[in-house]
Parts: sequence; structure tokens; C-alpha cells
Amino acid sequence: MRRFVLIAVPYVWLLALFLVPFVIVLKISLSDAAIARPPYVPQFDWVEGIWAFLSQLDFENFTWLIEDDLYWKAYLSSLQIALTSTLLTLIVGYPIAYGMARAPQEWRPTLMMLVILPFWTSFLIRVYAWKGILSNEGFLNQFLMWTGLVSEPLQILNTTTAVYIGIVYTYLPFMILPIYAALERMDDSLIEAAEDLGCSRMSAFWLVTIPLSKGGIIAGCFLVFIPAMGEFVIPSLLGGSDTLMIGKVLWEEFFSNRDWPVASAVAVILLLILVVPIVLFQRNQQKEQEGDA
Amino acid sequence: MGADLAVPVFEPWTDPQAKPLIQFQNVTKRFGDFTAIDDLTIDIFECEFFALLGPSGCGKTTMMRMLAGFEAPTEGKIFLAGQDIAPVPPNQRAVNMMFQSYALFPHLSIWENIAFGLKREGMPRAEIAARVEEMLRLTRLEKFARRKPHQISGGQRQRVALARSLAKAPKLLLLDEPLGALDRKLREETQFELMDIQEKTGTTFVIVTHDQEEAMTVASRVAVMDNGKVIQVATPADIYEAPNSSYVADFIGDVNLIQGQATATGEDTYALHWREGAAPLTIKSPNAISDGQTAHLAIRPEKVTISADKPEGADNVVQGKVLDIAYLGNLSTYHVELPTGDVIKAQTANTRRISRRAYTWEDTVWLSWTATGGVLLAD
Repeated sequence: MRRFVLIAVPYVWLLALFLVPFVIVLKISLSDAAIARPPYVPQFDWVEGIWAFLSQLDFENFTWLIEDDLYWKAYLSSLQIALTSTLLTLIVGYPIAYGMARAPQEWRPTLMMLVILPFWTSFLIRVYAWKGILSNEGFLNQFLMWTGLVSEPLQILNTTTAVYIGIVYTYLPFMILPIYAALERMDDSLIEAAEDLGCSRMSAFWLVTIPLSKGGIIAGCFLVFIPAMGEFVIPSLLGGSDTLMIGKVLWEEFFSNRDWPVASAVAVILLLILVVPIVLFQRNQQKEQEGDA
Repeated sequence: MGADLAVPVFEPWTDPQAKPLIQFQNVTKRFGDFTAIDDLTIDIFECEFFALLGPSGCGKTTMMRMLAGFEAPTEGKIFLAGQDIAPVPPNQRAVNMMFQSYALFPHLSIWENIAFGLKREGMPRAEIAARVEEMLRLTRLEKFARRKPHQISGGQRQRVALARSLAKAPKLLLLDEPLGALDRKLREETQFELMDIQEKTGTTFVIVTHDQEEAMTVASRVAVMDNGKVIQVATPADIYEAPNSSYVADFIGDVNLIQGQATATGEDTYALHWREGAAPLTIKSPNAISDGQTAHLAIRPEKVTISADKPEGADNVVQGKVLDIAYLGNLSTYHVELPTGDVIKAQTANTRRISRRAYTWEDTVWLSWTATGGVLLAD
């Protein structure tokens, strides 16, 4: 009985906070838009009964998503932006994680703190701060003009470049922490053993360090890729009109068009797309844990 | 019978013509203010099984890491086969190391672990396969070739580490506390395996250990170290029977150390005045000691005879009371308190069942030993 209760608690939690909302969204995605409150029909009515209600649901909105090329372009563009920024985050994050893991033991908690510290302020404020840095009159352009590298301010804000900068900056800790955890666990004598057996520093890194931090790299990539795919705040604050991301489309459908059913359909498809990497991520985590045992 | 059948004794260190494989020349290593190795000079010969023995922090691991190339000497030179190895990086030395933690690559199978060094050499595939098979056979690991390191036992891992470090046929193999992680029984078996493999491959082994029994079992010579200095380098038998200092005598095995003033009474014969009123002890010892010098008699417990009656004609006899008995199964060590308050240990083989033991606590007993039983060590 005790065991049942213990297991039931997380299941009830997941059921109430994930499955139920998802079913609601799914239901809305199968409804039709209406000028009403809430802005969709049908509404469930006890008098007419459940069958009458279900018979009014249809897949019209999903058909619409396929017909209008805006949506699949937005999905593809999000996918491309998410993949690229995941790669960029990896390139920036790996050396940082490596440096942290190689730092003297007494420094590591401080370095870890510095990585986590930005989370203590609002994400929104930090993204706004980037507006100040990247704008034409911003710190970055002033600095570049001062050094004489450029004569005209660079247009960075409101471009896809700014979106990449924003995503890399925001999700960097998610990349650093799992890689750091993998590298920190690694026994230093493995590198010495590799060198002893004829490896140069560089080949020891490729043949030993990289394979042994693979789990951390994969975890970090998923932790960046999954939220970046549906990212809304960064493209709408830093990106330009040409930055097409599905999160932004979703927002506009909900709040500008007030077309909740189409917006819900967009959300459902996004979720289905993300289920694949999420399952892969889970599998990776499981393999890592088995490897430790 | 005789001379022509005798096996030549392996002791290149007594041959002035022999060229040592490794030479440490006045090597000093400092880490900041700490001196890990202090002006060390030592020769190690080809095919030797050389043990570095000492308490932790005595510098033995630093010495080994200098040979592997992970540390550079602060002063002095190290020669390997006549060549100064200071500028040679670890990946280009004909030296391989077996790490204390084994340092097996967890993402590679046993087979790939052993092949790792060979692949780096750019050896052809077929030769790698043949060499790996040979190593697997040598260490009796054929069945485990496809497993990952976490899927085999500690003893097997130890053998993989050995196979991996031997695969490249190094001139010199370094073993850093290789058996530390094994339980006693397995350790003893593995010690003989190691000696066997060393003999088969003819590789020079340098082993670092803090376990004196291990050093005595496997090594052709033992270097006893303390505080970055080598105190004595000798064969296990000499280290045990003829220690050159009370540190070595005390570090290796169990010993009774009796302090006193020595006076020469004949050639190599000394009388040690060790207590006011007690008869001086007679010692025959090769170490030259000047008259009146303070010295220690070092005598092993097994060389002290214990008896209920006063023995006739013994060189040294003292009387005392049994204070403690350490029963080790095959042996018993009696701690005997003399009237002067000194405690002397005497060890005897338990040839009788314990219920028929001749002496017990509080019994008055006689201890005796011959003049040649111990050595006299100047302070």
C-alpha cells in the first residue's frame, strides 16, 4: 500500500500537470474557431451528451497546417535555427566545461556558481539587456567603432545572428553542466595512460576525453535543442521580421489572430516533433546510468 | 657434479662491466618547497625486477613518474639505455606504465584496450591482432576479449592493465602499486604470475609498493626509500638479514632494537653495554663500530629462542616474563618483559597444538640468541 502511494504521487502529478493540459490542447486543436468566449466551438454540453460533442471535432486545422506553407516553413526554420544554435552552444560550452573540470579543486564550486548565477535574474531582463548590447548604438557597436574595426555600426539586432547569440547565451549552462559532470568524473590517469601508450595530447583528447564525455555532450545537446526548437521570447525580442520560428507563429496565432484551434494544432505538431529527441534523450540518460553501475 | 651444472646467478649489480639500463644521476625533484626526491643516484639493470619500497610520501611514485615522463627532474639526469630521457615526451619513451587505478579505458573492450598502444604505433592490423591474442594468452584473458572493463573482476582488470602495458614490448615496465586493489589471496597468486611473466618476457620491471612482503617476494633487488632518499639497495635477503640502518631494519619485518654502547672485544666482535648492571651482549657483526659509540643491536624475533629453563652455552641470555602472546596460527610471537622494563619479541613456530603450548602469560622464561643472530648498527 505504502509503495502504491509512493508511486502514485509522481503519476498523479504528471497526469494532472502534463497529460490533462495536453488533452485539453488536443481537444482545442480539433475544434473550430468562433467569435465567442472561449473563442472556439464546440463546448461540452451535458444536455446534448458526449457523442454529439465528439462528432463535431475534426482534423480541419491540421489539414490547414499542411496547406499553408507558412507553417512547415516555420517548423523547418525553427529546426535549422535550433540545430545550428545547439552546435554553436556545444562549441562554446565544451571548452568552458573542460576548463572547469581541469581547474584546481578549490575553484570549481566558484566557477560552477558563476555558470548558474545568471539564472538568479529574470530571463526576460537578460534578453532585454542583449538588445542594449547588440543595437546599433549599443555597447558592442560602440566598442567596435572605438577600436576602429568598423566605421559603420553593424546591424546585429533584429537579425538571425542576434537570435543565435541569444540562444547560445541563454542555454549555455544547460550545455556546460552535463559536460562538466562527465569530465569531472573522468580519472586523470586515463589521459596519462593514453599518452604512455603513444598518444599525443591531441589524440588522447579525441580518443579518450571526447568518447568519455559523449554522454554529457548528448545530454547537453538535447537540453539545448528541445527548448530552442519552441523558443519564442528570443526570436521575438532579438530577431527580425525575417526570423521565422514556430514559437513566434504560435504566439501570433493565439494572441494576434485569436485562432486558438490552429494555434493548438501548431502546438500539438511541435510536441510530436519533439517527442523523437526527448525519447532519444531518455534513452541516452538510461544508458549512462547503466554504464555507471 | 657441480660447478658446470650450476645455474648462473643473476646479479649484474656485482659485475663492474655490466651497463645499467636505467641510471639516476644525482636526481632531485622539488614541488615548490617540498623536496620529493633528494639527490638520488641509483642504477637498475636489464631484466631486473626492481622494487621501490617505502612509506607513502617517500618519493617512490615520483621516481616512477619521472621514468614514465610525467614529471621532469629539477636537477640531475636520468639515462635509459645510455640516453638522457629528459627531453623525450612520455608518448615516445620505450617505457610503459601499469597504473595503480589500472586506468583502463572504460569505453573500449578488453581487446581494444590491449590494442590501443599498438594502433598508435601504426602497426598493421594482422600484426596487432596476433600481438593482442598473444597478450590475452599470456594473461589468460582469452574469454574476456569482448567484454568492457566494468564487466570483469578486479583481478582480471589488473591482468588487462598488465597485458596492455606489455603489449608494446617496452624496454622497461613500471608498475605502480599494481596489486594494491586485490585481496590477499589473489595478490599472492598474482605476485607469482608477475614474476613468471617478467621471466618469460625478459622485460625490466620496476615496481612501486608499500607492501614489504610483496617487494621481498617479487624483486631481485629492493630499494628502501624514506623522505626522498634511498636508504639501502640490496637483494631481499640482504635487506632482511643485513640492514644497513635501524630504519631499514625496522621498516622490513619485525625487529628488536636494543640500544647501547659498543666496545670491540675482538675481530668483528663487540660487547654491547645496554643497561646498567646487565651483562653486556655479545655480537659478531661485520659493520665497523668505534669503541664507545652508541649503536643498536637489531635482531629478528625468529632468531630469539624462548625456553623455560636457562639454556646452556648460549652467547646471550636474558630472563623475563611473558607479557603478551600474538598467535598467528603457524607462528606465535611472545612479547617478553625484562626486569629492566625492556620488551623483547621472540617468535617460534607452533609445532604443537595450542592447548599444549609450553608458556603462557606471566610465565618466567629465558630468551637466548647467538652472537651472529643480529647485526650491530651504528646510530
